[in-house]
Amino acid sequence: MSDYTVKDKVAVVGIAETTYYKRGGAPISEMQLTLQAIIGAAQDAGIDPRQIDGFASYSNDRNDPPRLAAALGCEDVSFSNMFWGGGGGGGSGAMANACAALVAGYSKYVVVYRGLAQGQFGRFGQGTQAKTVSGAPAYTAPYGLMSPAQSFAMRVQRFMHEHNGGHAAQKAISLTSYAHAQRNARAVMHGSPLSPEAYDGARWIVEPFRLFDCCMENDGAAAVILTTVERARDLRQKPAIVIAASQGSDYRQAAPAHNAPDYATSNFKTVAKRLWGMAGISPKDVDVCQSYENFTGGVMMSLVEHGFCGPDEVDDFMTTENFRFDGGKLPLNTSGGNLAECYMHGLELITEAVRQVRGTSTAQVKNVDISMVCSGPMVQPVSDLILRA
Amino acid sequence: MTSNTATTEKAYLPAGLPLPAPAPDGLDQGFWDAAKQHELVVQRCTKCEAFQFGPEWICHQCHSFELGWHKVSGRGRIYSWERVWHPVHPALKGACPYLVVLVELPDAGNVRMVGNLLGDPMQEVVIGSEVVAEYEDHPEADIALVQWRAV
Ligand SMILES: [Zn+2]
Repeated sequence: MSDYTVKDKVAVVGIAETTYYKRGGAPISEMQLTLQAIIGAAQDAGIDPRQIDGFASYSNDRNDPPRLAAALGCEDVSFSNMFWGGGGGGGSGAMANACAALVAGYSKYVVVYRGLAQGQFGRFGQGTQAKTVSGAPAYTAPYGLMSPAQSFAMRVQRFMHEHNGGHAAQKAISLTSYAHAQRNARAVMHGSPLSPEAYDGARWIVEPFRLFDCCMENDGAAAVILTTVERARDLRQKPAIVIAASQGSDYRQAAPAHNAPDYATSNFKTVAKRLWGMAGISPKDVDVCQSYENFTGGVMMSLVEHGFCGPDEVDDFMTTENFRFDGGKLPLNTSGGNLAECYMHGLELITEAVRQVRGTSTAQVKNVDISMVCSGPMVQPVSDLILRA
Repeated sequence: MTSNTATTEKAYLPAGLPLPAPAPDGLDQGFWDAAKQHELVVQRCTKCEAFQFGPEWICHQCHSFELGWHKVSGRGRIYSWERVWHPVHPALKGACPYLVVLVELPDAGNVRMVGNLLGDPMQEVVIGSEVVAEYEDHPEADIALVQWRAV
């Protein structure tokens, strides 16, 4: 028997997303996008949206539970939760928090959601327009280190130096996402395939990242509904059962001005250890993995820190052959993910992980029993999720 | 200990980027005051002598609140680097590529600082190689940036 009380007790029973748009392309408001996704997930589960009594999100989602619950007419909201930290580090963390609320009995149906309309609000990929900056940004922004790409390139460059490789791995990760997106009609990059030559020929954004190493910026929303495995039995869909959900951050990873003592890391070392301990499985048991791509170098380090290969083997292990949905050793980012499906801050990776368990992915891996998600490399905190059929 | 008085001839990046302002709560006033005097200081615990950067209100090692500023030589080693090609700020249009380095300071517990690597943006950058601090004055903002040059 597991020491971890959420294991095997919670299931994902509903998933949905809006149409995914290019940044600025959403014809409706961010709040409407979010409501559409939540209603869609409730319909998928076969519950009335008014039955949702728990809300969990991450990355300071602007659409807060009191507003959503008022708009939806939810009868009694017993759990409102925000996972702290930026980027996509909280995708699986919000799932973990939802699991905890369900097992504790706080709520019966928790929705995990994320809505983003970067055209209507600020962009992630632009530097601050302020005249002065104080605190931690004062040590970076005046030197032209302002964007996520610029922050994370520094870590990846150090990893590449320590392990003498990584460019080929980055390329394989990018090509894999674009290849899988060509099978997925939801993907923003569906119909826009990427060749190895086009990858190599693309401009540098910041070395060691070329254009196609970087995620998109998009508008859209996604939502996931969780409940207990007992309630899940009476609902419409085949449940995707949570066997592990972990979150955290290694020692002083958020030390200002790039002073994390262990620097060349995706920040998954302690989180991955807890994840495998909770799940009671090992990397070789994973049938399919969705690993958050803010930048390909982050995926590379995440896969290493979860034990899929050694840090000096990345260019040998991380190949398009090994990442293929049909017969690869580690099918990766089978919807196209943040690079090529939609930058839904990684919640699209969780809906895809559920589809793989249900058998409804557009790049379906055969006989999926274990479906894994890594949320948010190189930010603090990060989080992980493992589902089983 | 040698004093570093080298001053960059002109700003490495164009005007219009945000400039530092000492934090309103006073946490890093000592750092920016020293930079204006063309000195490099790092926060150091007066009790256990641990170095830390960026500044914190407490020593991460012994939890003492008695922290001071320790003057260092201004010599460092490149720990990581990047060449930026895509401008993410209007002021940077036309200024790419430029070099950003992460420098560790061996005489201050290997704490790290971000700055630009002065000189040719296409120069070869070698992790582990030695650099020295230079100061980029911005009198209009009453502030100086700490920059780095290969030695
Ligand atoms: Zn101390």
